[in-house]
Amino acid sequence: MTTTAPARVDRSSTAGTRPLSTMLYRRPRLRLAGLLAIPMVWLVGVYIFSLAMMLVTAFWVTDPFTSKVKPGFTLDNFASIFTTPAYLATSLRTLGIALAVTVVCALFAVPLGIFMAKIASPWLRGVLAVAITLPLWAGYLVKILAMRITFTEEGFFNWALAPLGITGPGFSIVTVILTLTYLWFPYMAVPVYTAIRQIPVNLFDASADMGAKSWTTIRTVVLPLIKPALLAGSIFTFSLSLGDFIAARFVGGSTQMIGSIIASNINLNPPMAAAFSVVPIVFVLLYLFAVRKSGALRNL
Amino acid sequence: MSVTDTVAEPSAPSKASGTAGLQTSGVTLRGVTKRFGDFTAVADLDLDVRPGEFFSMLGPSGSGKTTVLRMIAGFEPVTEGSISLGGADVTALAPFDRDVNTVFQDYALFPHLSIADNVAYGLKVRKVAKAERARAVQRALEQVRLSSVAERLPHQLSGGQRQRIALARALVLKPKVLLLDEPLGALDKQLREEMQVELKQIQREVGITFIFVTHDQEEALTLSDRVAVFNNGKVEQVGSPVEVYEQPATEFVAGFLGVSNLVGPEHASRIAGIDRLISIRPERVRLLPADAQLASDEAGVAATVVETVYTGANTRTIVETAEGLRLIASRQNDHRPGLSAGAQRGDRVVAAWTRDHASVVP
Repeated sequence: MTTTAPARVDRSSTAGTRPLSTMLYRRPRLRLAGLLAIPMVWLVGVYIFSLAMMLVTAFWVTDPFTSKVKPGFTLDNFASIFTTPAYLATSLRTLGIALAVTVVCALFAVPLGIFMAKIASPWLRGVLAVAITLPLWAGYLVKILAMRITFTEEGFFNWALAPLGITGPGFSIVTVILTLTYLWFPYMAVPVYTAIRQIPVNLFDASADMGAKSWTTIRTVVLPLIKPALLAGSIFTFSLSLGDFIAARFVGGSTQMIGSIIASNINLNPPMAAAFSVVPIVFVLLYLFAVRKSGALRNL
Repeated sequence: MSVTDTVAEPSAPSKASGTAGLQTSGVTLRGVTKRFGDFTAVADLDLDVRPGEFFSMLGPSGSGKTTVLRMIAGFEPVTEGSISLGGADVTALAPFDRDVNTVFQDYALFPHLSIADNVAYGLKVRKVAKAERARAVQRALEQVRLSSVAERLPHQLSGGQRQRIALARALVLKPKVLLLDEPLGALDKQLREEMQVELKQIQREVGITFIFVTHDQEEALTLSDRVAVFNNGKVEQVGSPVEVYEQPATEFVAGFLGVSNLVGPEHASRIAGIDRLISIRPERVRLLPADAQLASDEAGVAATVVETVYTGANTRTIVETAEGLRLIASRQNDHRPGLSAGAQRGDRVVAAWTRDHASVVP
């Protein structure tokens, strides 16, 4: 202790050359404020504020004749979500689509992840990694267009299935699910693959050694160990699917999603659009709550 | 070891049950070859492991010993040849259909399962009833003296404890043969020596065949009934620890098992009158005064001390003859070495050994 004392004296004597740094060093709160000023302006000023404004708007009313939005307080916008059969059906349909996309993504991601992480040669692994992340590099509309061309009336599926006497899914809810799976699959595949890579290969050997066949090993060793990754991926696939409307518009035929209704109300009836925007938020919050309850977030 | 070990029950209640339904078998390998692409890891190997013995496969890394173990377990398919277990050909069987279990180098405990669930894993897979499973797990944990940690997770255990859980997890399935892949490799020296004693005890208790892979020659000699020395995918020698140490069959075995003085034919014929490669262990080489008379059963050669190394229990002295032959002599420090004791650098000595202590390397 005695040997450090002179060193401290030395340092404070040179502090006068950098007054700003010295001041910040002496005042930790000021330092913290400097660090957080810009992100907080963004987060609170733009991000939270606009979200709050939207929620407030949901309680306002639209003049049915002039389509002018008037501040006020009404629960009618929210009530109509439940009382209008089309709105309620659309909410539930969207929830179903988002869950289906999540399940399909997981069903693809787990076997693919096991193959990539534990079986594929490094070369093949690289090729697959590029293939999986490829959708992230292309524009959103480009991918929708690709799916549209593939599933259209004279598209690949109908052409390929025609000799068998059946037609492809066409533009329907199935195609919406497939398109959203295509769009969001990387968000599931990447964390799942990463998690599987981290499982020591010895655990697979040990499981087989003790008598477990492949399926038992996947169920009792792989799935429990990658559960956090599956849930992290599912939060993306689920919430991104809930908010989408472009897929429904271009490959969904008559399929409507929550986004479709919000989009059609944005100009006509902003308070209604705002009220409907709360629905996916509630779904995501409920989902996060369920995930949290399962205890999986502790490992994230 | 840790406090929990001493708290655990000191008796070994599993002894009776362990020997009652004793089921073990030998392992026979015939013409086993393993190639990875162009690389031949194991070449045309014949090996007979006897039922109930502690058999070690010893060799440097890359010598093929672990590959042989993995082929016996069924993790690696054989390229050519056959493996049989107690007379039954298992070459084509998957790991889960073979009556062998493995203790892995880094334990391979399931990190998401409690210790009890780890030990119960194989029984659960085999659909053993819950009550019976619990009893078997309890017995297995007692056998390795770790009943107190049943509810913990693997990462909460020390390396030595994890090692013993891996052992319990394999033994609870009552395999006919237990395969151990460098199981003590990750432990520090002191713990490793304790575990060696324990492993030997457990092997005697359960009475089944242990096939043990190691690169540590001392460990192999300490534990084994028989040792197979591997080099470059081939077995150089199989024999009891005394045989492989005292009568190394090849130059490699002589050099790999401890330190050995290998004396080439030209020196050997001059010094000992044998026109062959001979091997003499350092502890058999005595350093006599330069004018000492050799007895008729002794061979020896004049040399100069070039280095002495004090290693605590022993002192090692390196001498060199006028012809450039270097020999190492090791002497136990059974006296208190003073300044006058032992040879000094530059001293003229005679390095001598009893003739039948030198073994001819074929």
